[in-house]
Parts: sequence; C-alpha cells; structure tokens
Amino acid sequence: MARLHEYQSKALLAQHGVAVPEGGPASSAAEAAQLAARLGGPVAVKAQAWVTNRAATGGVQFAQNPRQAEARASEILQMRFGNFAVTEVLVERMLDIHNELFVSVTIDDAAQAPVVLLDLHGGSGIEGRAESVQRLPVDTHRGVDAQALRAVLGTSAIDADLHDDVASAIEAIVDIARRYDARWLEINPLAITSDGNVVAADCRMTIDDYAVFRHPQLPIEIARELDHPATQLERIAYQVEQADHRGTFYFAQLPTDGVEGSRGLIGFHGAGGGGSMMSMDAIARLGFTLANFCDTSGNPSAAKVYRAARIILAQRGLVGYFGSGSGVASQEQYHSAYGLAKAFWEINLSIPAVIRLGGNGEDRAVDILHGVGRDVDSVSAPVEGYKKDDTPAFIAQRFAQLVDEAAGRAWTPRPRRVPAFVDRAYHFPIHHATVWIDHEHCDPATTTFVVEHSGGLLTRRSNLPVLAVSEQTVAGMDSELVALEVECRLAGRPVVFLDLPIEGLDNDAVV
Amino acid sequence: MGMAILVDGDTKVLCQGITGSFGALHTKGCLNYGTRMAGGVTPGRGGEHDTNDLPIFDTVADAVAGTQATATMVFVPPPFAADAILEAAAAGISVICAITEGIPTQDMIRAKSALRDFPEARMIGPNCPGIISPGRRVAGEGADAKFEGGCKIGIMPGYIHLAKHDAASGLAVGVISRSGTLTYEAVWQCSDLGIGQTTCVGIGGDPVKGLGFIELLDMFERDRETDGVVMIGEIGGSDETEAGAWIKQHMSKPVAAFIAGRTAPPGKRMGHAGAIIGGKDDTAEAKMEALRGCGVSIAQSPAEIGATIAKALGLPPQ
Repeated sequence: MARLHEYQSKALLAQHGVAVPEGGPASSAAEAAQLAARLGGPVAVKAQAWVTNRAATGGVQFAQNPRQAEARASEILQMRFGNFAVTEVLVERMLDIHNELFVSVTIDDAAQAPVVLLDLHGGSGIEGRAESVQRLPVDTHRGVDAQALRAVLGTSAIDADLHDDVASAIEAIVDIARRYDARWLEINPLAITSDGNVVAADCRMTIDDYAVFRHPQLPIEIARELDHPATQLERIAYQVEQADHRGTFYFAQLPTDGVEGSRGLIGFHGAGGGGSMMSMDAIARLGFTLANFCDTSGNPSAAKVYRAARIILAQRGLVGYFGSGSGVASQEQYHSAYGLAKAFWEINLSIPAVIRLGGNGEDRAVDILHGVGRDVDSVSAPVEGYKKDDTPAFIAQRFAQLVDEAAGRAWTPRPRRVPAFVDRAYHFPIHHATVWIDHEHCDPATTTFVVEHSGGLLTRRSNLPVLAVSEQTVAGMDSELVALEVECRLAGRPVVFLDLPIEGLDNDAVV
Repeated sequence: MGMAILVDGDTKVLCQGITGSFGALHTKGCLNYGTRMAGGVTPGRGGEHDTNDLPIFDTVADAVAGTQATATMVFVPPPFAADAILEAAAAGISVICAITEGIPTQDMIRAKSALRDFPEARMIGPNCPGIISPGRRVAGEGADAKFEGGCKIGIMPGYIHLAKHDAASGLAVGVISRSGTLTYEAVWQCSDLGIGQTTCVGIGGDPVKGLGFIELLDMFERDRETDGVVMIGEIGGSDETEAGAWIKQHMSKPVAAFIAGRTAPPGKRMGHAGAIIGGKDDTAEAKMEALRGCGVSIAQSPAEIGATIAKALGLPPQ
C-alpha cells in the first residue's frame, strides 16, 4: 500500500477539520531552525520515515530553541531506519498533552468492512496492549457506530465536556479514511491538550494501491507498499510497468543489511504471487539473501520480461539469478524465456542463472534457455532451465551448487551490448522500441531463415527481409520479434536486433 | 449431476467484458475446455456476436433473459467491476466469478454490503483465477486433452485437473485457495497422484471478497463426491485460523493445508494496527500450528501438498 509521510497525511487531516500541531517539513538543519524560529518556543523534530517506534530509536527529539532544533534535525537527517534513509524532518510546536488516545481506521477482513480500533491509552507500546483495544464497527453508509463510540468514551478519564469534540474528531478521521481510500489511517496519539483541544499528534496513512488512480493530487510516486522511498531502480521499473499493461510487473528492492553471513545476494525473478512466495521460501532456506522481489506474470510480453531481467541485473553484487514462480502458469512460458535470453546476451551474463518456467510451452522455454546457456557468445556462466516437475526446493539446491562452483564471483552491472549495425541498418518502429535488421549480412539463406521465423511479420523483397505488415500491426508484436532475434542469434545468423530502451537505465538508447 | 459444488457441466456461463482482450482470450479458453459459454455482456455492443459467435448483450439482465445463464465471469476493468458484480446479482445470476484484479477496496466494501440484498448470489473473488469442476477426459494428452461435462470459469489451465471419474485412486478432493499459482501446483500434484478434484475454487487474495474458506468447506463437507479438501492459505488476516476452528467442530472429511509466505514479499503487513488486527497468529508458522491443532494435515512445503492429502485420504505412499 502506498504510504504518505506524516506531514502529508496531517495536511489532509487539517484540510478536513481535524486539528494538528502547527509546523511543517524541512529537508535541512537550517530549514528546521528557521521553522523553529517562526513557531517560537519548544518544538518536536520528527524523522519522516515509514517505521514504527521512531521515538525509541531517536527519530523523535525535542528542542527548546532554534539552535537546538538545528542540531537535532542535523542528527536525525543522518539517520537510517533499515532501508529508509531519512531526508526530511517534521518540525512542529510541542503539545502540552493531558490525555492520549490510540485511533486507527482499517479494514477488518473478518467483518469485510472498515473498523475503528480505539484505545483509551495512546502512545507507544500499543501492540503490547492489543487486548484492551476496542473495535468499533463502521457501516458503509452511516459511518462509525456513534452509540458504541460514546459508550467507550464514557469509560475514559477524559473530561465529559470534551466527549463531543473527541467523537467529532474520530468521525472526521473515519470520513477522511473513506474519502481518500485509506487502507490504514492511524492517529497515535490523538491528544487532548491541557487547554482542552483535541489534536492529532501523529499520523500514519496508507492508501489502497487499487484506488490511487482516483487521487492524482496525493503525493504518491509508486502505488505500492514499500518500506522505503522508491529507489532509482524501482522508479525505472514502475515506468516500465506503466508504459506496458500486458501482464503484471512488480519490482521492489529488499533490505540487505543481513547480507553478512549470507551465502550471497541473488536477483530474484518470480511469476505469480503464491508461486513466487514458495520459491522465495526455498531459496531463503538455503541461506541466500534476496536483493529484490520481482514478479512478471499474467501473460507478460517478452519485452516486459526482458526489461524486468535488465532491471534485476542492474543491481550490484549478485552471485546469481534465480527465476522461479508458478510451476503451472497458464501463460506461454517461451515468451518469458526469449525475454530472458535476450537480456542475458546483451549484458553477457557472468553469474549462474537457474530458471524454472513451468506451465504452457515449458519444453520450448527450457530449450531456449539451454540454447543460451550453451552459446559462449551469449553468456559466460551456466544458464539452466527447469519445468513444472522440478520443485523449487530442487532447483534451489541446484542453484546453490552452481553458485558454489562459481566461487563467489559477484556481478557488476554493465551496459548492454548493441550490435554494430544498429544506427545504420534497415529498421522500423514498434511500441517503445525499434527493430533493426542487418541487410548487409542477409545472404539468401539468412533471409529465408529470418522470414520463416518471423511469424508472417516479414517478407522477402529483393532477397532481403522487410516488413510484410503495416507498422500499426507490428507495433504490439514485440514477443514475436524478440523470439526472432534470439532464434537468429542461436542459429548463428545475428542479423536482427530489437532496441528496447529502458528509460533511466540505457543512456545509450538508440531511437 | 452432483459431482461438484456450485458449477457443473450443465451450468450456462456469461462473460462480462467479453470484448476486452482478456475476456475474449479466456472465453475461448473456457469454450475449449467444454464450458457451456452462453454469451457475453459489453454495454453498447448488444446484438453483435464475438469471435466465437457467442451473442453479446448490453446488460446482464438481457443476457440472462436471452440465454438462461446462471453463472458469470467478470473481466470488467477495475473502476467499473464492482458495479458489474452488483448488476449480475440484480439480474439473478447465482455464481459470480470476479477475475478482475485491482478493484478498489472501498468499492468492494460497498458491493459486499449491497450483495446482502441478493442472498442467492454467491461471489467468488475478486482477484482470483476462478472456479472449475473438472470434466472427463475424452481425447488427447496433456495440454492438448479434450474434456466433457466439466465447467471451467476463469483463467486456470484446464488440462491439469482430473475428474473423479478419471482418477486412478477413485477419490477426489475439493480445493480452496487464496493463491492463484499455488492452486495450480496443488492440483497438478493431486492429479499426478491419481487424486481427482470435484471442484477447485480460487477465492482470491483481496481483503474484501466473496466466498471464504468456511462457506466452501461446508459445501465440500456436504458434497457426496468430495472425499477430502485441500486448503491453501497465505499470511495476512485470520481466515485460515477461523477455518481451522470450524474444521475441528464440523468437518468429518480429511483436510490438508499449506500456508504460503515464510518469506513474505513486501507489503503484507503494516503499521501498529497490522499487529493488532492480525496479532501474533499472523505468520505462516503460527497459522500452520493453529491448523495442525485443529486436526488438519499440514504440508511443510508446497511440493508436499499432494503427498499430504494423499496420506490424509489413506492412500499408500508412492
């Protein structure tokens, strides 16, 4: 689920009638000092990071004056929480808190409806008090059960005069969650100050990924749950996905802090959520650390699988490439095999790759992978293909063996190879790509081979292969053309090349 | 027929979103399997026919009137899918299989609440592979096999399934799964061991969904042809543990289960409320332990799902 920063979600609260402390974000210590000066008096300086327990780890500190605020901000801006490097702090006026409540709106999957979780003692350590947390059902049309809410407040130590204000704030919070399609909206604490105001002292909000399209105004870069701000590769991958909706493509980098003592970092390429999970389990059990999670499934095009592989292999330090997801996919697996084959050739893969492509067309998929593995021009490390009858546990063992034999050679990302004929040869455009055919090296037999393997997209003219269909027809045929490129190369006739540039990764893109 | 739950070889099926690329592709796949596809719905295209010569209607009500269909598969894009589900319910469809991935949760909460007015309508999904009651193999092998008398509604590969009639063991299980791809693995293993399937239901991975484990366990318990049940769960939520308690109380047939997600992909849990809602039960290990305590046979790895249910059914090891 896409997360908002505390200051971003507080802005939404304020906009819809829930009071928040006065303040704002700062991305430098000097800016924090200026903010503190403007606010006057004591301030809180809070790391803007998607982690719990910031207070216990020094991510929330207090300052009496601008000079202290500057020092605290400087300290916090150097912090890292797991995968999350802090780049912003929230500076806000200190509250004089009299009572604290824990208020959270989420989806109760047992009730299949929203629920308000309410605890009369807010603040940290709430997980440990799960027993005392009250659950108030939320009706789709009527909102939170007002009577139940009053009943709970009636048992609290909060001044009875303030119950109306607290109830209104909670009702507003429920409404904001609905309005912005929040999967979670958590206020901990909802503070009652000594002077009798009800203020959201903290706020965490995650938006339903599926509904982000309805809220273009929200500052969400990637509609996915990440435990860190999007990395450069994740942004690149997300652009690839947005540009091509054929099949799913999900790429996220994982924390690799525990890599010491591990058997090494691996690039992981799954297909299908459940199948990917079991494959990740299998490889993690052998002591490897996943550098990333990646899923291409639901009939992805060969170009999409190719781009996924390139993005995975843009990560430094990998000891191998492990591809395994569903063993019985209903997609044609040879498209994926061709996409991988092209990627492995372009970067001359030099770490072992073990790929399980079970399901439709698996025999052909495995033949392609083994073809690449045998081709010394394509790769300089073993590439092995497996089918549905080979279990993830089995291929994980095989992978470990190949990595051991490679004796710790780690991957350094390198730019892709582009054949010399690109830029001057016969070419035509397809979606987000260009197809190049090296007519200079098309002897009659090669032309015959190319035309025969083009699935009717190319024809022979003056003894050379040229486009047989309209540019509109060929535009979405990248899977067929990637297949053609790989088949030509494996047949020793490398005259076809698809330039499938990846924005942000290939500065050498030729268009 | 009584060889299955919810759908069988007599079920007439519609496709909502039949003219979209996915709807068209999978309508053909279902037809090839032998499903009685009766027509499709695309607003504004009523009166036309699709590439398989199936009639297209503007509304589900028209399609029901014209074809007497009782089931539908929904391939409508996410922003309109919840309305499509409700339209099907209002038109009297009794099995609504929502394949669409990415329906906003708030839409599903509203749809789920509105579905209470249509107690006859049973929803499967969304974000699921669908439902299949396997047919008998009448010709061919592997992916080229031909089947008869079955009903496949959804995107799963039909050929991996095995009808009880064709099962060497003479036994058949029901399959209930939150995971798409793991369902296929489990089915394949069962078929390979000669264990047939009466019906396989992918219930989908979204938090707000149609039929759940308990309703389906109940149907399989009552179904004469079903000899046992395979359950595939995931981390997140408490559905599996609640199903375990139900099994302990009500289920006489053997149940085998696997819970995926020891290595959870990012995004399965979040925030304080995650820990409170899911509690300490929300890990794969805890769920497996809870189910074991309820008499469910647990597969330690997904590769052992078939062998686990075989043993629970009293079949000799292979």
